[in-house]
Amino acid sequence: MKEIIRAAYVIARRDFTAIIYSKAFIFFLLGPFFPVLIAVAAGSLGGQIAKEADRPVIGLVLVQSESNRLLAARDLLSETMGKTYFTEIKIVGNPASQGARDPKDYLKKKEDNLSVVVTGSLEHPVVTGTRQAVNQEKAKIELLAGHALNPGAIKLPKINTDIVGETANNDKQLRIMTGQVGQILIFFLTMLLAGMVLSNLVEEKSNKIIEILAASIPMDSVFLGKLFAMLGMALLGILVWSSVGVAAIQIWGGGLPSYPTPAVGWPIFIGLGFVYFILAYLMLGALFLGIGAMAATVREVQTISMPVTMAQLINFFFASYSLTKIGQPIEQFACIFPFSSPFAMIGRAAQEPTLWHHGVAIVGQIAFAILLLRLGVMLFKRNVMKSGSAGKVKSDRRKLFGLIPMPG
Amino acid sequence: MNAIEAHGLVKQFDGFRAVDGVDLAVPEGSIYGILGPNGAGKTTMLRVLLGIIDPDEGTRTLLGSDRPISQSRNVGYLPEERGLYQSMRAVDTIAFMGALRGLSLKEAATRGRVLLEQAGLDYAADRQIRQLSKGMAQTVQLLGTIVHEPKLIVLDEPFSGLDALNQAKLERMIRDQAAKGVTIIFSTHVIAHAERLCERIAIIAKGKISFDGLVSTARDRLRPQVHLETENMDGPWRSALPADCKAEGNWWHFTLPETGVEPLLKALVEGKAGVRSLSIERPGLHDAFVAIAGESVAAEMDKPVAGELL
Repeated sequence: MKEIIRAAYVIARRDFTAIIYSKAFIFFLLGPFFPVLIAVAAGSLGGQIAKEADRPVIGLVLVQSESNRLLAARDLLSETMGKTYFTEIKIVGNPASQGARDPKDYLKKKEDNLSVVVTGSLEHPVVTGTRQAVNQEKAKIELLAGHALNPGAIKLPKINTDIVGETANNDKQLRIMTGQVGQILIFFLTMLLAGMVLSNLVEEKSNKIIEILAASIPMDSVFLGKLFAMLGMALLGILVWSSVGVAAIQIWGGGLPSYPTPAVGWPIFIGLGFVYFILAYLMLGALFLGIGAMAATVREVQTISMPVTMAQLINFFFASYSLTKIGQPIEQFACIFPFSSPFAMIGRAAQEPTLWHHGVAIVGQIAFAILLLRLGVMLFKRNVMKSGSAGKVKSDRRKLFGLIPMPG
Repeated sequence: MNAIEAHGLVKQFDGFRAVDGVDLAVPEGSIYGILGPNGAGKTTMLRVLLGIIDPDEGTRTLLGSDRPISQSRNVGYLPEERGLYQSMRAVDTIAFMGALRGLSLKEAATRGRVLLEQAGLDYAADRQIRQLSKGMAQTVQLLGTIVHEPKLIVLDEPFSGLDALNQAKLERMIRDQAAKGVTIIFSTHVIAHAERLCERIAIIAKGKISFDGLVSTARDRLRPQVHLETENMDGPWRSALPADCKAEGNWWHFTLPETGVEPLLKALVEGKAGVRSLSIERPGLHDAFVAIAGESVAAEMDKPVAGELL
């Protein structure tokens, strides 16, 4: 065992060093920032467009003096309510002037972008617009009209705020959201890394180095070393991403989205998330290494790994679905089935405070990861190191399951 | 004591017996050659012996252990398919291979620099493998095979792809290691290499070993050939020539009789044959190989591989 760990360390150190000094690692680190940048850019652009396109305006068609009083009331109240509280108000017509039109005509004028039109008088204002727009503006127009008619009659108290993240009646629903976020994070990181460990093994096979490794150390060490090198890289990546995220928050302000506290509490939830991420990765990585053991080329790897990737996606959806079914048979099955277990269990951690379930699940997942690793080693020994005429005999069948003939 | 022992080894790949009932004994400290044409099962046999793959039947011990991987620190292996990390520096490559075999990385790197210097490649120590010539890269891999000072070195077709200069260097290295008491086993399909280097050989074809023993024993399976040139073509001395004698002008070619050369010489002199020339030629390993493995296997061995030197 000691030798297996020592040799795995040699492999992990080599792979880890090779990865972090490669250009690919820079792209790996930058990878998550591209979608974030695109999302920020698109969000900012979209927001700006939406802001400009949807900025509603209230049109006034009142006698001039009443329009002026209403505008004055708006300016005055805005000092208390905030500048963005009231919708922009614009005088668009005067009933006293010739050519006064139907309020609907004003609403049709695209350049004014009116949401509602106020006609009548301050004492009896008439608000014309769609139901939604009228509902949105009605109370504010009443307030402004009341204040315009009788300034000083309305005294608004200054309110202090105290925001809480959750309340008892929506606790369960919100915790599901926390669980979902945990599941998504684990899933994407796992898929990204398992794919990388697979490419790494295939590259090693095409480099012909694998035979030297197989002759020098137990194959278990080779597989373990590769898994842990990639895990180390992932942890380094997470550290970098978190640091950049924290720095960005410090520089540009804002804050992390507020999620409801999970049932097990944040520290344990984060710890469990970390453990489940590692286990999900080890299981999938071991499975992919087994696939890599059977495949000779990147194309073969893609062909064989595609169904596994799809199956993993189904597992993820399965675990997501079971989030709302805590304690029901389907959720219990998702917790027991090894490939969906990490996702289902993090969902459970968000909603259920019981901890011993996690101990059992972790032990089960470790056992399954070891089993998969041993299976991968067995497949490797059985399928990969073939040579000479043996390979020729198999050449037709290897089209289905890639076996690598080596000359000898 | 034997460095390697195998009894009844069988390795099948989907019904094809790549190794078929192999018995083998490689004495400690010997240079042992495994001779056979491409596809004979040499590589598979070496992989089974080293524990890279497990046999379907039979037993093997490597340096006294039936778990070959447990002897990894005492074994150096150069596979036929050469492979190195292209972005790794030469010295790091040797250090990595040493670390795989149990050395500390620091110690392996120190030894690696010494070995590179001894090989005249100290200037290339910090270059990446991709920056080296093919011959230099092969030398680096070879140095990685011996950096941990193994007791047993296994080389699979080590001369393949090397130019004459590097072949000579490799032969020297094999002799140097053997002089230190290291057991060396190598596979080859070039008889000349085995003849120059080996004390013992195994001849393998179609997964079976047809001979395992001393090179001299293999050669002794054939009687020496006599080449005689006489002035006269006829006389009573003709009766002293063996029945398989072939005439070619004034030349007579035949297998040395069991009775030896003295009775023949006496008859030639007394019969006034007028001996111009007489040579007794001991059969080479190639002849022995043909006799042991058969013409067809020998013909496979003789097939030249592109760029290969004999």
